[in-house]
Amino acid sequence: MTLLLDPFHYAFMQRAFVAALAVGLICSTMGTYVILRKLSFIGDGIAHASFAGIVIAYLRGANFYLGAGIVAVLTAVGIGFVHRRGRISLDTTIGVLFTGMFALGVFLMSQQRSYAVDLQSFLFGDILAVQPQDLWLILGLSIIVGITVAVLFRGLLYTTFDPVVAQASGINSPAYEYALLVMLALTIVVALQAVGIVLVAALLVTPAAAAYQLTSRFSPMMALAALFGAASTEGGLYLSYYVRASSGATIVLLATLLFFLAIGLKHLRRA
Amino acid sequence: MVARDLDVRYEDFTALVGATFAVHYGEALGIVGPNGSGKSTLLKTIAGLLLPSSGKLSVLGQPPRKLPPGTIAYVPQVEAVDWSFPATVWDVVAMGRFARLHFWQHFGSNDREVVHHALSVVKMVDLAGRRISNLSGGQQQRAFVARALAQEPKLLLLDEPTTGVDAATEEGLREIVRKLVADGLPVLMATHDLDRVDDWFDRLLVLDRRVLALGTPREVVESGAYSAIREHTHTHGHLRHDHEPHAAHAVHPEIRP
Repeated sequence: MTLLLDPFHYAFMQRAFVAALAVGLICSTMGTYVILRKLSFIGDGIAHASFAGIVIAYLRGANFYLGAGIVAVLTAVGIGFVHRRGRISLDTTIGVLFTGMFALGVFLMSQQRSYAVDLQSFLFGDILAVQPQDLWLILGLSIIVGITVAVLFRGLLYTTFDPVVAQASGINSPAYEYALLVMLALTIVVALQAVGIVLVAALLVTPAAAAYQLTSRFSPMMALAALFGAASTEGGLYLSYYVRASSGATIVLLATLLFFLAIGLKHLRRA
Repeated sequence: MVARDLDVRYEDFTALVGATFAVHYGEALGIVGPNGSGKSTLLKTIAGLLLPSSGKLSVLGQPPRKLPPGTIAYVPQVEAVDWSFPATVWDVVAMGRFARLHFWQHFGSNDREVVHHALSVVKMVDLAGRRISNLSGGQQQRAFVARALAQEPKLLLLDEPTTGVDAATEEGLREIVRKLVADGLPVLMATHDLDRVDDWFDRLLVLDRRVLALGTPREVVESGAYSAIREHTHTHGHLRHDHEPHAAHAVHPEIRP
């Protein structure tokens, strides 16, 4: 028993579990929209672009979240604009701009001496390094995103299913799209420390994709996605303590496992 | 609804030139014309999805975007959405209420009654719990019409609802539209289908980027504009006609600038 409770004895692990819960819930909730609006490439793009912001903040001694947050939100709004007005395809824009932003981050970082260690933690996350003030930020941003989803729920649902008819009926579809992209940017910033730039897209997509397999209505899909997300982050963190592996990678592997279990269960139910 | 000298341009392409016409209470106005004639553009402009580049457009005395939410209901072609979306027929029809509800307002018993009534009008009450991915094309179309009715609109716009549906569904839709019109709702409908226009509509608008004719189906036929369109569509093979049952399911390439 004491062995099982071992991870909870350390203050840094307790913080990590709280942060992981928030990240798991919020990523998979937003992931429901990401899946249904087919935004997963955008999520990946925002995460990579925000790396430039992280590095600039790091070099100037500013807050990690501030740098990442500003760049992520600007990027998200920029995508929304290109998406609406664009003569260039969204894929191309993301492919060009975000790899460019990411390269800028690597370029600035590589001019520093001790960049190898830090780079690793940005790319793959280090939830065990969450400080008390980070935790407040993570919780605060998560609550803001959660409340916004609740308040805008019907409009977000309608504009996700049918933005054109929603707009014809008097709902401001573009405004909802921008709001969603900004929330997505904040979610990604919150998740960066937990799973890192490379794996954040997985946390957005995988739990929601697993939930999609097992549900036939929107609200149950979102609830099940949140459950899968929280189970993945909490379970992954817990397991990583015992197997002495990267927490971010363990979390994503667990989410992936849940996804395949969901597919298996779906086929079993059909049979 | 009144349109006067309405122009709609997409950057360097003028989709609609100098359209002037009106739709009255309790009237079904059919818009006929070949592909790329501006039928969809006209409906989208009236729905407030596109802004006219010049001319005047008013619905109940206001420009479409100034109207209270829910006033205009627009029924697009069913391919416009992803039917694998996790939702039941009820969920989709209920969305028709959303424009009328502020975020603090509950989806109440009145809303449920309106949704139920909309489902009964299209005869889909028993399909309310069915997932939308399991609907036939005709059922999808009826679900869209029910969603529009759940909005309790003052003007109904239908974009080629009979494309790709079977004869029974088409007749069902016609009965629904005639009933709505009889109840006083103005209906504006774009159609490919030139047969039976006099069963569907009180008046016809023949469109080929500009208004070629406007009047009762009989007047339009007599004006000759209608036969020009008919000739055009037959030689170009754009329209389906009932002698070729499979043509109803053919893909109709639409010019979308």
